[in-house]
Amino acid sequence: MIRILKYVAIDILKNKIVIAYTIMLALFSWSAFSLEDNAAKGLLTVLNIVLLTVPLVSVLFATIYVYNSNEFIELLVSHPVKRSMIWKALFIGLSLSLVTAYLIGVGIPLLIFADWGTALIMLAAGMLLSVISVAIAFLSCIFTRDKAKGIGISILLWLYFALLFDGIVLFLFFQFADYPIEKAVVFLSAWSPIDLCRILILLRLDVSAMMGYTGAIFKNFFGNSLGLVVSFTLLALWFLIPFLWSLRKFKKKDL
Amino acid sequence: MIEIKNVTKHFGKLRVLNNLSLQMMKGECIALIGPNGCGKTTLIKSILGMVLPENGAIIFDGYTIKNDNEYRKHIGYMPQIGRYPENMTIGQVIDMIKGIRHEHTALDLDLFEQFELSKMLDKKMRTLSGGTTQKVSATLAFLFKPKVLILDEPTAGLDPIASEVLKRKIIEARDRGCLILITSHLLSELEDIVSQVIFMQEGNVVLHKDVNDLKIATGQETIARSIVHLLKMETV
Repeated sequence: MIRILKYVAIDILKNKIVIAYTIMLALFSWSAFSLEDNAAKGLLTVLNIVLLTVPLVSVLFATIYVYNSNEFIELLVSHPVKRSMIWKALFIGLSLSLVTAYLIGVGIPLLIFADWGTALIMLAAGMLLSVISVAIAFLSCIFTRDKAKGIGISILLWLYFALLFDGIVLFLFFQFADYPIEKAVVFLSAWSPIDLCRILILLRLDVSAMMGYTGAIFKNFFGNSLGLVVSFTLLALWFLIPFLWSLRKFKKKDL
Repeated sequence: MIEIKNVTKHFGKLRVLNNLSLQMMKGECIALIGPNGCGKTTLIKSILGMVLPENGAIIFDGYTIKNDNEYRKHIGYMPQIGRYPENMTIGQVIDMIKGIRHEHTALDLDLFEQFELSKMLDKKMRTLSGGTTQKVSATLAFLFKPKVLILDEPTAGLDPIASEVLKRKIIEARDRGCLILITSHLLSELEDIVSQVIFMQEGNVVLHKDVNDLKIATGQETIARSIVHLLKMETV
Protein backbone atom coordinates (compact mmCIF):
# COMPACT_ATOMS: atom_id res chain seq x y z
CA MET A 1 0.00 0.00 0.00
CA ILE A 2 2.88 2.35 0.76
CA ARG A 3 3.88 2.17 -2.90
CA ILE A 4 0.44 3.25 -4.09
CA LEU A 5 0.26 5.88 -1.38
CA LYS A 6 3.50 7.36 -2.69
CA TYR A 7 1.99 8.02 -6.11
CA VAL A 8 -1.24 9.37 -4.65
CA ALA A 9 0.72 11.71 -2.39
CA ILE A 10 2.90 12.99 -5.26
CA ASP A 11 -0.22 13.65 -7.29
CA ILE A 12 -2.01 15.56 -4.53
CA LEU A 13 1.07 17.62 -3.73
CA LYS A 14 1.15 18.76 -7.35
CA ASN A 15 -2.44 19.87 -6.98
CA LYS A 16 -2.54 23.57 -6.19
CA ILE A 17 -5.94 23.47 -4.51
CA VAL A 18 -4.52 22.05 -1.28
CA ILE A 19 -1.92 24.81 -1.16
CA ALA A 20 -4.55 27.48 -1.79
CA TYR A 21 -6.69 25.92 0.96
CA THR A 22 -3.79 26.06 3.42
CA ILE A 23 -3.16 29.71 2.65
CA MET A 24 -6.85 30.54 2.96
CA LEU A 25 -7.10 28.86 6.37
CA ALA A 26 -3.93 30.63 7.53
CA LEU A 27 -5.23 34.02 6.40
CA PHE A 28 -8.55 33.51 8.17
CA SER A 29 -7.04 32.38 11.44
CA TRP A 30 -4.24 34.94 11.60
CA SER A 31 -6.61 37.78 10.87
CA ALA A 32 -9.24 36.49 13.31
CA PHE A 33 -6.72 36.38 16.12
CA SER A 34 -5.10 39.71 15.36
CA LEU A 35 -8.37 41.59 14.84
CA GLU A 36 -9.92 40.55 18.15
CA ASP A 37 -8.26 41.98 21.26
CA ASN A 38 -9.16 38.93 23.29
CA ALA A 39 -7.95 35.47 22.36
CA ALA A 40 -11.19 33.74 23.43
CA LYS A 41 -13.19 35.86 21.02
CA GLY A 42 -10.69 35.18 18.29
CA LEU A 43 -10.99 31.50 18.99
CA LEU A 44 -14.75 31.58 18.54
CA THR A 45 -14.40 33.37 15.22
CA VAL A 46 -11.87 30.79 14.07
CA LEU A 47 -14.16 28.03 15.30
CA ASN A 48 -17.05 29.26 13.21
CA ILE A 49 -14.90 29.62 10.13
CA VAL A 50 -13.41 26.19 10.62
CA LEU A 51 -16.79 24.55 11.11
CA LEU A 52 -18.04 26.00 7.84
CA THR A 53 -15.04 25.86 5.52
CA VAL A 54 -13.14 22.73 6.56
CA PRO A 55 -15.98 20.31 5.81
CA LEU A 56 -16.97 22.13 2.63
CA VAL A 57 -13.52 22.25 1.09
CA SER A 58 -12.62 18.75 2.26
CA VAL A 59 -15.77 17.12 1.01
CA LEU A 60 -15.68 18.87 -2.36
CA PHE A 61 -11.99 18.36 -2.98
CA ALA A 62 -12.16 14.69 -2.00
CA THR A 63 -15.21 14.02 -4.18
CA ILE A 64 -13.68 15.63 -7.24
CA TYR A 65 -10.36 13.95 -6.62
CA VAL A 66 -11.87 10.48 -6.36
CA TYR A 67 -13.80 10.96 -9.61
CA ASN A 68 -10.67 12.18 -11.32
CA SER A 69 -8.80 9.13 -10.04
CA ASN A 70 -11.05 6.79 -11.96
CA GLU A 71 -8.43 6.20 -14.63
CA PHE A 72 -5.78 5.66 -11.99
CA ILE A 73 -7.98 3.07 -10.26
CA GLU A 74 -8.74 1.29 -13.53
CA LEU A 75 -5.10 1.18 -14.45
CA LEU A 76 -4.12 -0.36 -11.13
CA VAL A 77 -6.93 -2.89 -10.95
CA SER A 78 -5.58 -4.82 -13.95
CA HIS A 79 -2.29 -5.28 -12.09
CA PRO A 80 -1.64 -7.47 -9.06
CA VAL A 81 -2.88 -4.93 -6.54
CA LYS A 82 -5.58 -5.51 -3.95
CA ARG A 83 -8.65 -3.39 -4.53
CA SER A 84 -8.93 -2.49 -0.87
CA MET A 85 -5.34 -1.22 -0.98
CA ILE A 86 -6.14 1.23 -3.75
CA TRP A 87 -9.15 2.60 -1.91
CA LYS A 88 -7.30 2.81 1.39
CA ALA A 89 -4.31 4.51 -0.21
CA LEU A 90 -6.59 7.12 -1.79
CA PHE A 91 -8.34 7.69 1.53
CA ILE A 92 -5.15 8.00 3.54
CA GLY A 93 -3.50 10.21 0.92
CA LEU A 94 -6.44 12.61 0.81
CA SER A 95 -6.91 12.64 4.58
CA LEU A 96 -3.23 13.24 5.22
CA SER A 97 -2.99 16.13 2.80
CA LEU A 98 -6.13 17.85 4.12
CA VAL A 99 -5.09 17.29 7.74
CA THR A 100 -1.65 18.72 6.98
CA ALA A 101 -3.24 21.76 5.36
CA TYR A 102 -5.38 22.27 8.45
CA LEU A 103 -2.47 21.83 10.84
CA ILE A 104 -0.38 24.37 9.00
CA GLY A 105 -3.17 26.84 8.28
CA VAL A 106 -5.06 26.81 11.57
CA GLY A 107 -2.74 24.89 13.88
CA ILE A 108 0.16 27.34 13.98
CA PRO A 109 -1.86 30.45 14.89
CA LEU A 110 -3.91 28.40 17.36
CA LEU A 111 -0.84 27.20 19.22
CA ILE A 112 0.52 30.74 19.33
CA PHE A 113 -2.60 32.59 20.44
CA ALA A 114 -4.82 30.14 22.35
CA ASP A 115 -4.01 28.19 25.47
CA TRP A 116 -2.60 24.75 24.74
CA GLY A 117 -5.43 22.63 26.07
CA THR A 118 -8.05 24.38 23.98
CA ALA A 119 -5.76 24.52 20.97
CA LEU A 120 -5.16 20.77 21.09
CA ILE A 121 -8.83 19.94 21.32
CA MET A 122 -9.59 22.27 18.46
CA LEU A 123 -6.82 20.74 16.40
CA ALA A 124 -8.14 17.26 17.09
CA ALA A 125 -11.67 18.33 16.18
CA GLY A 126 -10.57 19.96 12.93
CA MET A 127 -8.49 16.95 11.94
CA LEU A 128 -11.36 14.61 12.66
CA LEU A 129 -13.69 16.85 10.71
CA SER A 130 -11.36 16.76 7.69
CA VAL A 131 -11.15 12.97 7.79
CA ILE A 132 -14.90 12.63 8.28
CA SER A 133 -15.53 14.84 5.25
CA VAL A 134 -13.22 12.70 3.15
CA ALA A 135 -15.05 9.57 4.31
CA ILE A 136 -18.42 11.10 3.44
CA ALA A 137 -17.05 12.13 0.04
CA PHE A 138 -15.92 8.54 -0.60
CA LEU A 139 -19.36 7.29 0.25
CA SER A 140 -21.13 9.69 -2.10
CA CYS A 141 -18.64 8.81 -4.87
CA ILE A 142 -19.31 5.11 -4.62
CA PHE A 143 -23.07 5.56 -4.82
CA THR A 144 -23.13 7.14 -8.24
CA ARG A 145 -21.00 6.89 -11.36
CA ASP A 146 -21.98 10.36 -12.47
CA LYS A 147 -19.53 13.01 -11.36
CA ALA A 148 -22.02 15.89 -11.26
CA LYS A 149 -24.45 13.81 -9.20
CA GLY A 150 -21.69 12.78 -6.79
CA ILE A 151 -20.61 16.37 -6.24
CA GLY A 152 -24.25 17.35 -5.79
CA ILE A 153 -24.74 14.71 -3.12
CA SER A 154 -21.61 15.91 -1.33
CA ILE A 155 -22.74 19.53 -1.31
CA LEU A 156 -26.20 18.58 -0.08
CA LEU A 157 -24.71 16.54 2.75
CA TRP A 158 -22.51 19.46 3.73
CA LEU A 159 -25.46 21.84 3.63
CA TYR A 160 -27.43 19.51 5.83
CA PHE A 161 -24.68 19.00 8.41
CA ALA A 162 -23.42 22.58 8.50
CA LEU A 163 -26.62 24.61 8.30
CA LEU A 164 -29.85 22.68 8.34
CA PHE A 165 -29.21 20.28 11.17
CA ASP A 166 -29.22 22.66 14.14
CA GLY A 167 -32.26 24.37 12.67
CA ILE A 168 -34.14 21.09 12.45
CA VAL A 169 -33.26 20.21 16.02
CA LEU A 170 -34.39 23.63 17.23
CA PHE A 171 -37.61 23.31 15.28
CA LEU A 172 -38.30 19.91 16.82
CA PHE A 173 -37.61 21.33 20.24
CA PHE A 174 -40.15 24.10 19.84
CA GLN A 175 -42.70 21.73 18.45
CA PHE A 176 -42.32 19.30 21.32
CA ALA A 177 -41.43 21.80 24.05
CA ASP A 178 -44.14 20.44 26.36
CA TYR A 179 -42.61 17.01 26.46
CA PRO A 180 -39.39 15.86 28.17
CA ILE A 181 -37.30 15.48 25.04
CA GLU A 182 -33.82 16.27 26.34
CA LYS A 183 -32.60 12.70 25.97
CA ALA A 184 -33.92 12.51 22.46
CA VAL A 185 -32.09 15.73 21.56
CA VAL A 186 -28.80 14.38 22.89
CA PHE A 187 -29.34 11.34 20.75
CA LEU A 188 -30.10 13.55 17.78
CA SER A 189 -26.92 15.57 18.14
CA ALA A 190 -24.91 12.45 17.38
CA TRP A 191 -26.28 12.66 13.85
CA SER A 192 -24.16 15.59 12.76
CA PRO A 193 -20.36 15.54 13.00
CA ILE A 194 -20.16 19.31 12.66
CA ASP A 195 -22.47 19.81 15.64
CA LEU A 196 -20.45 17.28 17.58
CA CYS A 197 -17.27 19.24 16.87
CA ARG A 198 -18.86 22.46 17.96
CA ILE A 199 -20.03 20.84 21.18
CA LEU A 200 -16.60 19.36 21.77
CA ILE A 201 -14.83 22.70 21.61
CA LEU A 202 -17.47 24.69 23.42
CA LEU A 203 -17.53 22.17 26.26
CA ARG A 204 -13.90 23.02 26.72
CA LEU A 205 -14.38 26.78 26.37
CA ASP A 206 -17.38 26.72 28.69
CA VAL A 207 -19.46 29.25 26.81
CA SER A 208 -22.90 27.69 26.91
CA ALA A 209 -24.49 30.68 25.25
CA MET A 210 -22.68 29.87 22.01
CA MET A 211 -23.33 26.18 22.05
CA GLY A 212 -26.52 26.07 20.13
CA TYR A 213 -29.37 24.09 21.47
CA THR A 214 -27.94 20.60 21.13
CA GLY A 215 -24.70 21.69 22.75
CA ALA A 216 -26.39 23.10 25.82
CA ILE A 217 -28.29 19.91 26.40
CA PHE A 218 -25.26 17.79 25.70
CA LYS A 219 -23.39 19.61 28.43
CA ASN A 220 -26.22 19.25 30.86
CA PHE A 221 -26.44 15.60 30.15
CA PHE A 222 -22.86 14.48 30.15
CA GLY A 223 -20.90 17.12 32.02
CA ASN A 224 -17.52 18.09 30.65
CA SER A 225 -15.19 15.10 30.69
CA LEU A 226 -17.68 12.37 29.85
CA GLY A 227 -19.00 14.68 27.15
CA LEU A 228 -15.53 14.84 25.61
CA VAL A 229 -15.14 11.08 25.56
CA VAL A 230 -18.58 10.47 24.11
CA SER A 231 -18.21 13.07 21.39
CA PHE A 232 -14.74 11.85 20.38
CA THR A 233 -16.04 8.30 20.12
CA LEU A 234 -18.97 9.42 18.03
CA LEU A 235 -16.68 11.42 15.75
CA ALA A 236 -14.45 8.38 15.27
CA LEU A 237 -17.51 6.37 14.26
CA TRP A 238 -18.42 9.13 11.84
CA PHE A 239 -15.39 8.49 9.68
CA LEU A 240 -15.07 4.75 10.28
CA ILE A 241 -18.58 3.82 9.27
CA PRO A 242 -18.84 5.78 5.99
CA PHE A 243 -15.34 4.74 4.94
CA LEU A 244 -15.78 1.03 5.70
CA TRP A 245 -19.14 1.09 3.99
CA SER A 246 -17.64 2.65 0.87
CA LEU A 247 -14.77 0.14 0.99
CA ARG A 248 -17.22 -2.76 1.03
CA LYS A 249 -19.03 -1.34 -1.96
CA PHE A 250 -15.81 -0.60 -3.81
CA LYS A 251 -14.65 -4.20 -3.49
CA LYS A 252 -17.76 -5.29 -5.34
CA LYS A 253 -17.85 -2.52 -7.91
CA ASP A 254 -17.61 -3.23 -11.63
CA LEU A 255 -14.99 -1.04 -13.24
CA MET B 1 -4.86 -22.55 -18.04
CA ILE B 2 -7.92 -20.34 -17.84
CA GLU B 3 -11.20 -22.07 -17.24
CA ILE B 4 -14.51 -20.26 -17.18
CA LYS B 5 -17.38 -22.15 -15.60
CA ASN B 6 -21.00 -21.08 -15.97
CA VAL B 7 -20.34 -17.38 -15.61
CA THR B 8 -23.33 -15.05 -15.63
CA LYS B 9 -23.30 -11.26 -15.45
CA HIS B 10 -26.06 -8.69 -15.66
CA PHE B 11 -25.71 -4.95 -16.04
CA GLY B 12 -29.03 -3.81 -14.67
CA LYS B 13 -31.59 -5.90 -16.53
CA LEU B 14 -29.32 -6.57 -19.45
CA ARG B 15 -27.78 -10.03 -19.44
CA VAL B 16 -24.24 -9.60 -20.75
CA LEU B 17 -22.79 -13.03 -20.05
CA ASN B 18 -25.18 -15.93 -20.16
CA ASN B 19 -24.04 -18.99 -18.24
CA LEU B 20 -20.85 -18.99 -20.23
CA SER B 21 -18.23 -21.73 -20.08
CA LEU B 22 -14.88 -21.83 -21.83
CA GLN B 23 -11.51 -23.44 -21.61
CA MET B 24 -8.28 -21.87 -22.81
CA MET B 25 -4.97 -23.67 -22.79
CA LYS B 26 -1.35 -22.65 -22.74
CA GLY B 27 0.15 -21.89 -26.14
CA GLU B 28 -3.16 -21.14 -27.78
CA CYS B 29 -3.76 -17.92 -29.63
CA ILE B 30 -7.44 -17.24 -29.54
CA ALA B 31 -9.47 -14.75 -31.51
CA LEU B 32 -12.50 -13.61 -29.57
CA ILE B 33 -14.96 -12.25 -32.07
CA GLY B 34 -18.58 -11.25 -32.23
CA PRO B 35 -20.85 -8.29 -32.91
CA ASN B 36 -20.70 -5.12 -30.82
CA GLY B 37 -22.11 -5.54 -27.35
CA CYS B 38 -21.94 -9.33 -27.35
CA GLY B 39 -19.97 -9.40 -24.10
CA LYS B 40 -16.39 -9.70 -25.31
CA THR B 41 -15.02 -6.87 -23.22
CA THR B 42 -17.11 -7.93 -20.21
CA LEU B 43 -15.66 -11.43 -20.49
CA ILE B 44 -12.14 -10.02 -20.60
CA LYS B 45 -12.81 -7.72 -17.68
CA SER B 46 -14.21 -10.64 -15.71
CA ILE B 47 -11.00 -12.59 -16.27
CA LEU B 48 -9.08 -9.57 -15.02
CA GLY B 49 -11.30 -9.18 -11.96
CA MET B 50 -12.45 -5.71 -13.01
CA VAL B 51 -16.01 -6.94 -13.44
CA LEU B 52 -17.30 -9.37 -10.83
CA PRO B 53 -19.72 -11.96 -12.22
CA GLU B 54 -22.75 -12.97 -10.18
CA ASN B 55 -22.49 -16.70 -10.73
CA GLY B 56 -19.92 -19.20 -11.77
CA ALA B 57 -16.19 -19.40 -11.34
CA ILE B 58 -13.11 -18.34 -13.26
CA ILE B 59 -10.15 -20.58 -12.66
CA PHE B 60 -6.62 -19.48 -13.44
CA ASP B 61 -3.88 -22.09 -13.28
CA GLY B 62 -6.01 -24.30 -11.05
CA TYR B 63 -7.04 -21.61 -8.57
CA THR B 64 -10.20 -19.58 -8.51
CA ILE B 65 -9.56 -15.88 -9.02
CA LYS B 66 -12.18 -14.83 -6.51
CA ASN B 67 -10.59 -12.77 -3.73
CA ASP B 68 -7.19 -13.18 -5.32
CA ASN B 69 -5.08 -10.61 -7.11
CA GLU B 70 -1.66 -12.22 -7.39
CA TYR B 71 -2.65 -14.17 -10.51
CA ARG B 72 -2.70 -10.88 -12.39
CA LYS B 73 1.09 -10.93 -12.20
CA HIS B 74 0.92 -13.38 -15.06
CA ILE B 75 -1.38 -11.32 -17.24
CA GLY B 76 -0.51 -8.52 -19.61
CA TYR B 77 -3.61 -6.54 -20.49
CA MET B 78 -4.06 -4.05 -23.27
CA PRO B 79 -7.42 -2.30 -22.99
CA GLN B 80 -9.56 -1.21 -25.91
CA ILE B 81 -9.39 2.41 -24.81
CA GLY B 82 -6.52 2.98 -22.42
CA ARG B 83 -7.46 5.41 -19.69
CA TYR B 84 -4.56 6.87 -17.78
CA PRO B 85 -4.18 9.57 -15.13
CA GLU B 86 -4.22 12.68 -17.28
CA ASN B 87 -1.56 14.65 -15.50
CA MET B 88 1.07 11.95 -15.53
CA THR B 89 3.70 11.74 -18.22
CA ILE B 90 4.45 8.57 -20.17
CA GLY B 91 7.60 8.10 -18.13
CA GLN B 92 5.77 8.46 -14.83
CA VAL B 93 3.08 5.96 -15.82
CA ILE B 94 5.66 3.37 -16.83
CA ASP B 95 7.69 4.01 -13.67
CA MET B 96 4.59 3.75 -11.52
CA ILE B 97 3.55 0.40 -12.96
CA LYS B 98 7.10 -0.86 -12.55
CA GLY B 99 7.11 0.38 -8.95
CA ILE B 100 3.77 -1.21 -8.16
CA ARG B 101 4.60 -4.53 -9.78
CA HIS B 102 7.90 -4.49 -7.97
CA GLU B 103 9.34 -7.37 -9.96
CA HIS B 104 12.99 -8.06 -10.29
CA THR B 105 12.93 -10.00 -13.53
CA ALA B 106 14.35 -8.35 -16.60
CA LEU B 107 11.84 -6.21 -18.46
CA ASP B 108 10.86 -6.63 -22.06
CA LEU B 109 11.65 -3.25 -23.58
CA ASP B 110 11.29 -4.25 -27.25
CA LEU B 111 8.10 -2.35 -27.86
CA PHE B 112 9.29 0.60 -25.79
CA GLU B 113 12.23 0.93 -28.13
CA GLN B 114 10.46 0.16 -31.38
CA PHE B 115 7.65 2.61 -30.67
CA GLU B 116 10.33 5.17 -29.77
CA LEU B 117 8.63 6.06 -26.53
CA SER B 118 11.91 7.26 -25.05
CA LYS B 119 11.57 10.41 -27.14
CA MET B 120 8.20 11.22 -25.61
CA LEU B 121 8.74 10.33 -21.95
CA ASP B 122 7.84 13.84 -20.82
CA LYS B 123 4.57 14.07 -22.70
CA LYS B 124 1.47 14.16 -20.54
CA MET B 125 -1.04 11.37 -21.11
CA ARG B 126 -3.83 13.86 -21.77
CA THR B 127 -1.99 15.32 -24.77
CA LEU B 128 -1.43 11.97 -26.48
CA SER B 129 -3.24 10.86 -29.61
CA GLY B 130 -5.29 7.66 -29.49
CA GLY B 131 -2.57 5.77 -31.33
CA THR B 132 0.20 6.85 -28.98
CA THR B 133 -1.93 5.90 -25.99
CA GLN B 134 -2.33 2.46 -27.58
CA LYS B 135 1.44 2.24 -27.93
CA VAL B 136 1.83 2.91 -24.22
CA SER B 137 -0.82 0.28 -23.43
CA ALA B 138 0.92 -2.27 -25.64
CA THR B 139 4.30 -1.55 -24.08
CA LEU B 140 2.85 -2.03 -20.60
CA ALA B 141 1.11 -5.26 -21.58
CA PHE B 142 4.34 -6.85 -22.81
CA LEU B 143 6.67 -5.23 -20.27
CA PHE B 144 6.68 -8.00 -17.68
CA LYS B 145 6.86 -10.98 -20.06
CA PRO B 146 3.50 -12.36 -18.92
CA LYS B 147 2.29 -15.92 -19.46
CA VAL B 148 -1.09 -14.69 -20.61
CA LEU B 149 -1.75 -11.77 -22.91
CA ILE B 150 -5.18 -10.23 -23.19
CA LEU B 151 -5.44 -7.77 -26.02
CA ASP B 152 -8.68 -5.89 -26.58
CA GLU B 153 -8.69 -4.45 -30.11
CA PRO B 154 -4.90 -4.14 -30.09
CA THR B 155 -4.40 -2.67 -33.53
CA ALA B 156 -7.28 -0.20 -33.52
CA GLY B 157 -5.85 3.28 -33.90
CA LEU B 158 -2.30 2.17 -34.58
CA ASP B 159 -0.55 3.24 -37.76
CA PRO B 160 0.40 0.43 -40.18
CA ILE B 161 4.03 0.32 -39.08
CA ALA B 162 3.21 0.17 -35.38
CA SER B 163 0.51 -2.36 -36.02
CA GLU B 164 3.03 -4.55 -37.88
CA VAL B 165 5.51 -4.23 -34.99
CA LEU B 166 2.82 -5.27 -32.55
CA LYS B 167 1.77 -8.22 -34.69
CA ARG B 168 5.31 -9.47 -34.85
CA LYS B 169 5.52 -9.18 -31.08
CA ILE B 170 2.30 -11.15 -30.65
CA ILE B 171 3.61 -13.95 -32.88
CA GLU B 172 6.84 -14.01 -30.93
CA ALA B 173 4.89 -14.35 -27.66
CA ARG B 174 2.77 -17.12 -29.17
CA ASP B 175 5.87 -19.04 -30.20
CA ARG B 176 7.20 -18.66 -26.67
CA GLY B 177 4.14 -20.54 -25.41
CA CYS B 178 1.97 -17.71 -24.09
CA LEU B 179 -1.78 -17.95 -24.01
CA ILE B 180 -3.02 -15.04 -26.09
CA LEU B 181 -6.58 -13.79 -26.22
CA ILE B 182 -7.30 -11.16 -28.87
CA THR B 183 -10.52 -9.41 -29.73
CA SER B 184 -10.74 -7.66 -33.02
CA HIS B 185 -13.19 -6.80 -35.71
CA LEU B 186 -10.54 -6.91 -38.39
CA LEU B 187 -10.46 -10.62 -39.01
CA SER B 188 -7.98 -10.29 -41.83
CA GLU B 189 -5.45 -8.90 -39.36
CA LEU B 190 -5.74 -11.98 -37.19
CA GLU B 191 -5.46 -14.41 -40.09
CA ASP B 192 -1.84 -15.43 -39.66
CA ILE B 193 -1.75 -15.12 -35.87
CA VAL B 194 -4.57 -17.10 -34.34
CA SER B 195 -4.99 -20.81 -33.84
CA GLN B 196 -8.49 -20.84 -32.35
CA VAL B 197 -11.66 -18.87 -32.81
CA ILE B 198 -14.32 -18.10 -30.24
CA PHE B 199 -17.46 -16.54 -31.61
CA MET B 200 -19.78 -14.85 -29.13
CA GLN B 201 -23.31 -13.63 -29.54
CA GLU B 202 -25.57 -12.08 -26.90
CA GLY B 203 -23.48 -13.37 -24.05
CA ASN B 204 -23.19 -16.93 -25.33
CA VAL B 205 -20.32 -18.77 -26.94
CA VAL B 206 -21.70 -19.82 -30.31
CA LEU B 207 -18.55 -21.42 -31.57
CA HIS B 208 -15.17 -22.44 -30.18
CA LYS B 209 -13.04 -24.16 -32.79
CA ASP B 210 -9.58 -24.69 -34.10
CA VAL B 211 -8.93 -22.45 -37.11
CA ASN B 212 -7.92 -25.29 -39.42
CA ASP B 213 -10.91 -27.43 -38.45
CA LEU B 214 -13.13 -24.46 -39.07
CA LYS B 215 -11.72 -23.83 -42.52
CA ILE B 216 -12.06 -27.47 -43.47
CA ALA B 217 -15.57 -27.74 -42.11
CA THR B 218 -16.77 -24.72 -44.01
CA GLY B 219 -14.62 -25.23 -47.08
CA GLN B 220 -13.41 -21.64 -47.02
CA GLU B 221 -9.91 -20.26 -47.15
CA THR B 222 -9.92 -17.50 -44.58
CA ILE B 223 -11.32 -17.12 -41.09
CA ALA B 224 -13.45 -14.18 -42.13
CA ARG B 225 -15.11 -16.12 -44.91
CA SER B 226 -15.65 -19.18 -42.73
CA ILE B 227 -17.41 -17.11 -40.11
CA VAL B 228 -19.57 -15.36 -42.68
CA HIS B 229 -20.36 -18.74 -44.20
CA LEU B 230 -21.41 -20.12 -40.83
CA LEU B 231 -23.57 -17.11 -40.05
CA LYS B 232 -25.35 -17.39 -43.39
CA MET B 233 -26.03 -21.07 -42.81
CA GLU B 234 -27.59 -20.21 -39.47
CA THR B 235 -29.90 -17.57 -40.83
CA VAL B 236 -31.05 -19.74 -43.72
